[in-house]
Amino acid sequence: MAHDPMAEIRASFFVECEELLESLQDALSVMADHLEGDGTQDTETINVVFRAVHSIKGGAGAFGLTALVSFAHRFETVMDELRCGRLVVDHEAMKLFFQAVDMLADHVRLARDDASGSPPGSETLLIALEALMGERAPEAEEEEVEFAPLGLSFDLGLPDLSDLADAEGRGWTVRLRPQDALYASGNEPFHLLRALADLGTASITCDLSALPDLDALMPETSCLSWTVELTGEIEEGDIRAVFDFVEDVAEITITETQEPAAELELAAPEPEAEPETAPSPAAPPPSLSTAPDPVPVAPAPVVPALQILPVASPPAERPADPAPDRLAALAAPVVAAAAAAPAEATAATVRVDLDRIDRLVNLVGELVINQAMLAQSVTEAGLPANSAVMNGLEAFMMLTRDIQDSVMMIRAQPVKPLFQRMARIVREASAAVGKEVRLRSEGEGTEVDKTVIERLADPLTHMIRNAVDHGLETPDRRREAGKPAEGVVTLSAQHRSGRVVIEVADDGAGIDRPRVREIAIRKGLIPPDAVLSDAEIDNLLFLPGFSTATQVSALSGRGVGMDVVKQAIGALGGRIAITSERGRGTRFSISLPLTLAVLDGMVVRVAGETLVIPLSSIVETATLAAEDIRSLGPETSVIHIRGGFVPLFDLGTELAYRGPKSSYEGGIVLLTAQEDGSRAALVVDEILEQRQVVIKGLQHSYGNIAGVAAATILGDGQIALILDPGDLVENATGRTRTADPLLALAG
Amino acid sequence: MSLTILAVDDSRTIRDMLKLALTDAGFTLHLAEDGVHGLEVLEGIAPDAIISDINMPRLDGFGFIEAVRGQDRHRGTPILVLTTESAPELKARARAAGATGWIVKPFDPPKLVKALQMVTG
Amino acid sequence: MIETRSQSSTEVELLSFRLAEQEYSVDIMSVREIRGWTRATPLPHSPPFMRGVINLRGTVLPVIDLASRLGMPPVEGDARNVIIVVHAGGQSVGLLVDAVSDILALPRTALQPPPELAADLAHSFVQALTIVDGRMIRVLDLSAVLPTYQTEAA
Repeated sequence: MAHDPMAEIRASFFVECEELLESLQDALSVMADHLEGDGTQDTETINVVFRAVHSIKGGAGAFGLTALVSFAHRFETVMDELRCGRLVVDHEAMKLFFQAVDMLADHVRLARDDASGSPPGSETLLIALEALMGERAPEAEEEEVEFAPLGLSFDLGLPDLSDLADAEGRGWTVRLRPQDALYASGNEPFHLLRALADLGTASITCDLSALPDLDALMPETSCLSWTVELTGEIEEGDIRAVFDFVEDVAEITITETQEPAAELELAAPEPEAEPETAPSPAAPPPSLSTAPDPVPVAPAPVVPALQILPVASPPAERPADPAPDRLAALAAPVVAAAAAAPAEATAATVRVDLDRIDRLVNLVGELVINQAMLAQSVTEAGLPANSAVMNGLEAFMMLTRDIQDSVMMIRAQPVKPLFQRMARIVREASAAVGKEVRLRSEGEGTEVDKTVIERLADPLTHMIRNAVDHGLETPDRRREAGKPAEGVVTLSAQHRSGRVVIEVADDGAGIDRPRVREIAIRKGLIPPDAVLSDAEIDNLLFLPGFSTATQVSALSGRGVGMDVVKQAIGALGGRIAITSERGRGTRFSISLPLTLAVLDGMVVRVAGETLVIPLSSIVETATLAAEDIRSLGPETSVIHIRGGFVPLFDLGTELAYRGPKSSYEGGIVLLTAQEDGSRAALVVDEILEQRQVVIKGLQHSYGNIAGVAAATILGDGQIALILDPGDLVENATGRTRTADPLLALAG
Repeated sequence: MSLTILAVDDSRTIRDMLKLALTDAGFTLHLAEDGVHGLEVLEGIAPDAIISDINMPRLDGFGFIEAVRGQDRHRGTPILVLTTESAPELKARARAAGATGWIVKPFDPPKLVKALQMVTG
Repeated sequence: MIETRSQSSTEVELLSFRLAEQEYSVDIMSVREIRGWTRATPLPHSPPFMRGVINLRGTVLPVIDLASRLGMPPVEGDARNVIIVVHAGGQSVGLLVDAVSDILALPRTALQPPPELAADLAHSFVQALTIVDGRMIRVLDLSAVLPTYQTEAA
């Protein structure tokens, strides 16, 4: 693969854009907070906003992303008004700013995906934004103007000399008289003269007439001027280009000489002076004027004279700029302040390709597997437990575990960008349903594995939309209830006992339990006379097909089912729980593993096959006594355990390894619990061990297998399937007996 | 005989592009992220020229240039301003701060190189 | 379409192998490696031609019983058999076959489309025929052999 640096920079630019968009959101949030507070805005925050848009524009220009540049430029113009204090920040303006950031983000993403054009609504938004600036119409586009030297009109009424140019080129006389500011700006006449000389054949003379005596000499004050006679295939524009940077700090005259090349008339036949010509260029400089030959030796004799000047360190204090001392004094505290505030500096970071990290994670996973294989071989070799090899292996295992933990956390990222996306969802959702809603986020810095973050986006979006649409009341209803008209959705993340807990809470009306119960009955999900606790009613929301929305809202159609969300969370190895208080609000609590790459599991054997059951779903294990087993029908059994009945599932049958057993007495069961509190007993032939396994995904080329979540590679190199008990049970046949009546009788 | 340049810009993308353009042309490049950082980096090097953005956090281009000019050894160091804005008042302000010249973003690498060669001689 | 690229546009290289007394082949560009037989971990409720998964240097590789896939009696599965690891359509799959025969380099013109009147299931998986040393070799269309399932996003 060819290494294309520009492509890399382009990719890096879009990463930078995401960071800038994030800081834009942050800054706007701060501004919104200030608006709620005392209403005064902080200049630095506004500057952050301006700079972020400005930077995106700058980078986008480099890659020719015209739609993005155009939007960013107009947005930036409005932001410029803001930072110049010419815009009032009110609610209306803040709303537009937030919308503008969202629109900017859309532009960025379109550009990143190489799509052309603008997102819908872009122009309308810009017009609304620009209207904030009042009567001032947006300036006409200046952006494409490069600072090209303006050709000054040079019409002296002379005949067009270019016709007279002979094969050797044209002749020019250039006069340069720098002002003080030219030196102060770091420009060097020497460089300018040399650049002129490079254009063709030059002879340079220096006018020292204004030079004071040496001891009265002020460095960086201008007292010299030069005349350059130039010949060659030179256009006036070429000469102008040399003076690109100094036009405003020097007097420059460029005249084309009538006679090209050889004759260098320095005296009278000068055409009239240019407007910018100052006093005395007409008279040729006295003693030094010669008729030098057209040999480009010129710079040499002049150099020593030049070198007397600015390079020498100034003995006397410089006249015109008392400022530098003040400026130096200014610079010092700034630098000191920077040194004194190291906390502000970000921790040293390294940017790494995600591919490399994924590779590393895979390699570490294989290291763990190989280490397990080694452990197995060593055990089988029958070495004594205290031998050097066993001890070494023990240390090796701990080291591997440490490496694995460290590597797994490399992919961990703060949830902040995800939460900011949710903030946008809240804005859009609340606008769509006409409610006032604010998102509060806590624990944005909490780090979660990147893959988990990515797969959380959809479920969180569903939940937030539901909260806005169904959880929160309309502003009127809220006021009636004595609540502030603006509803609050709180999104929080924290680490808790080895897992990540993410909560979505609203301060809305809470779950209407009678209604939920009624709908569940109507849909046949529960029997009419069922007695359910509050928590059990709440959990009805997770049943498939459940929806309480009687009105189709503009936003979520009939309401996105929480069963979809629950499934997605389950697929991440997580659990979701719900609590609600009528009139106060509802909270969803999601608990996720820190990483998707490893799993603590129980390794079991069923019908000669080795399987892994996630430890997190196992409540206990038991050996079945005959009296524990009850039959519900010819084919299904339950076990009586802990005062309750739990359905029995024969893994061998469910996974189609073999038919049902004739008797499960003496068999081993794993008692598992699902999210909804329901339990199941899984029959296995043998429990082998408990250990941490590396999760290997199963390719999707053969469909989703009910009950099988993933696979792992055991110490002996064999693949063991990792089961998802909840999924298995949902799709299970529950067959624990054959339909053969004789066998049933024998049971 | 390679020239040393200090480039100060808060955009990582622009820094990357400057690095690409200038190292290709044989310059030795030092980078900084804002005016304050630029002054820090400047302490340890002796650049032949400086390139600076205007809009930067902590210390913007104007402040940076003034501070640089305030240092004796850098009174004559060429400083080019790199900016998306070409408004005359901005140029005047840059000039007043002591800028040697300016380049408009998006910059054309050969032009930038040429400008650098011109001001460094 | 098989996403394979030949070395040149006029020649094609095939890996030929034996399956139930017949000879088949695949484009060599899609072959990743050849392994001896190892026992595959069966996948519950999978199609009969899906033998299961094996551990390929730390990756979980599905293995297809090619004979079964082509509608013939399944391969027995013992140490004499071979698993050809191929990559096509963005996935890697192992093909369980009897034995590998040869690598053949042929001009493209030597490949002929299979006759329309063939009625057996195997026909739909064959994209070309060729004759080498008097033996007929069927060239497999891997994209037809490999099952493709649409998966739903979580």
